[in-house]
Amino acid sequence: MHRKTILQARDDLKNKKYSACELLEAIYNRIDSVEEKVRSYIHLSKELALEQAKEADARLASGDDAPLLGIPIALKDLICTKGSRTTCGSKILDNFVSPYDATVVKKLKEAGAVIIGKTNMDEFAMGSTTESSAYYPTANPWDLSRTPGGSSGGSAAAVAANECIAALGSDTGGSIRQPASFCGVTGLKPTYGRVSRFGLVAFASSFDQIGPVTKTVADAAYLSGIICGNDPMDSTSANVSVPDFMAGLEKNVKGLKVGLPKEYFSSGVDPEVLENVQNSIKALEKLGIEPVEIELPHTQYAVATYYILACAEASANLSRFDGVKYGFRSESSGDLNKMYTNTRQEGFGDEVKRRIILGAFALSSGYYDAYYIKGQKVRTLIKKDFDQAFEKCDFIAGPNSPVPAFKLNEKLNDPLQMYLSDIFTLSVNLAGLPGMSIPCGFTSQNLPVGLQLIGRPFDEETILNIGNQFQKETDFHKKFPNL
Amino acid sequence: MTEKKFDIDNLAKLARINLSDSEKSKLEGHLGQILEYVELLSQIDTSDVKPTSHVLPLRNVCREDKVTPKDDTVNYLELAPQKDKGHYEVPQIIS
Repeated sequence: MHRKTILQARDDLKNKKYSACELLEAIYNRIDSVEEKVRSYIHLSKELALEQAKEADARLASGDDAPLLGIPIALKDLICTKGSRTTCGSKILDNFVSPYDATVVKKLKEAGAVIIGKTNMDEFAMGSTTESSAYYPTANPWDLSRTPGGSSGGSAAAVAANECIAALGSDTGGSIRQPASFCGVTGLKPTYGRVSRFGLVAFASSFDQIGPVTKTVADAAYLSGIICGNDPMDSTSANVSVPDFMAGLEKNVKGLKVGLPKEYFSSGVDPEVLENVQNSIKALEKLGIEPVEIELPHTQYAVATYYILACAEASANLSRFDGVKYGFRSESSGDLNKMYTNTRQEGFGDEVKRRIILGAFALSSGYYDAYYIKGQKVRTLIKKDFDQAFEKCDFIAGPNSPVPAFKLNEKLNDPLQMYLSDIFTLSVNLAGLPGMSIPCGFTSQNLPVGLQLIGRPFDEETILNIGNQFQKETDFHKKFPNL
Repeated sequence: MTEKKFDIDNLAKLARINLSDSEKSKLEGHLGQILEYVELLSQIDTSDVKPTSHVLPLRNVCREDKVTPKDDTVNYLELAPQKDKGHYEVPQIIS
């Protein structure tokens, strides 16, 4: 039962093959049997979930047809849930219980979803391995000695290990797509502004976006249809109509053009990753899609640009954690300033401190123009690269990550190497575009490889359409790890 | 490493984070390495390029100025590590 997709479970619940309570029980049993190895979750909300499942069963019995009625969903632990903890993977928010639900949570609940728990993540979503979590690292279900990627590593691992039917993550520089690619699941980062950020704890506000982590592209389209849309509570949410993503899945893709950026197929990419990605491009060609070579000449500057801008935004956003209004406060006594500085020293982990300090530097007097403004200007050039590329193609494809899942502890003491591994995903956040990672093969060590599809702004429809057609011809997404 | 551009003590002060000596030396190393890498950006001529702070054309969003009866003071105050008589409590500010 735990292996079901959203669409399968929805049919089964409607046809009374099992109840929402039975499905929830199956998921919690699965969690009990594998969680010790994988550690996808920071905390579970069993009692609340059971109440929601019982309500779903009552509604199902009365013929209610809400789109997620009785479907168990996991949330990355930086999405605020009323009545249960939201820790952001940080000691500083360890005891934080949000007084309100995030807009996406409100939408999920209205759709009848059962929220089963909150998944592990790099502290404040800063990291690519889920190792910077203040709690514990999550393991990759395909190889427990490796990381699931990050920062939404818990969500991706939970989906891969069938510890939930689907999950939500958030993506600032690749944090949905990279763990999806490492764990062999589907992960979509919608266009910036597509999903409300209200109730998403901010890391870098001009990049952050919530999105689905699922077992199939069809599920990602289905979940997107529920969480996307303008929200008066988020002034950066776009007032753009949301198409019927499910209807878009079956469109004819023949004649569409896929842009292949020559910078994404360079020597820096692991040969096995490259081989799998090239094979999947051939599979796209079989669907009648025409490949065209494109250039994204500023790709090599993306990592530097991203880290200046995202850290600058983070240093401003995380100033709110000061031990006054919520969260942890240091016990060590002193004046107000000492309380602030000790609280932040004891409450934040190394990676968060590193990024706040880097951001403080980029924004500091004397360096602001040379770093922060310079970064914003290069961001313009990176965005322009994509605008020009999309004149020649309908969507872009390439490797999601240059390498398969890293070993645990491999990148802990080399932050720059970790940052560089995000090169193909963070350009997409710099330009605000939709991007999706889908499983496209395995290495000789049986590690999943992800294919990234990038769309025009607000054109999730095309990449979901392509991804769905790809999954009809391939079975990489149907494989599960042995746990 | 290129010439050190940053004063870690000043940055810690700006960021309101107390750092131990070992944290400082580790951070100095990492920061130096990252900033050296970031120097890459100086290769690009951006004199005629406009900065992008946001990818969407942002407009001010205004809502109707309506009084809402919701008062969540108690719930919000409940979250504070220290509070007293309906207020947040903090250590002495002026000594």
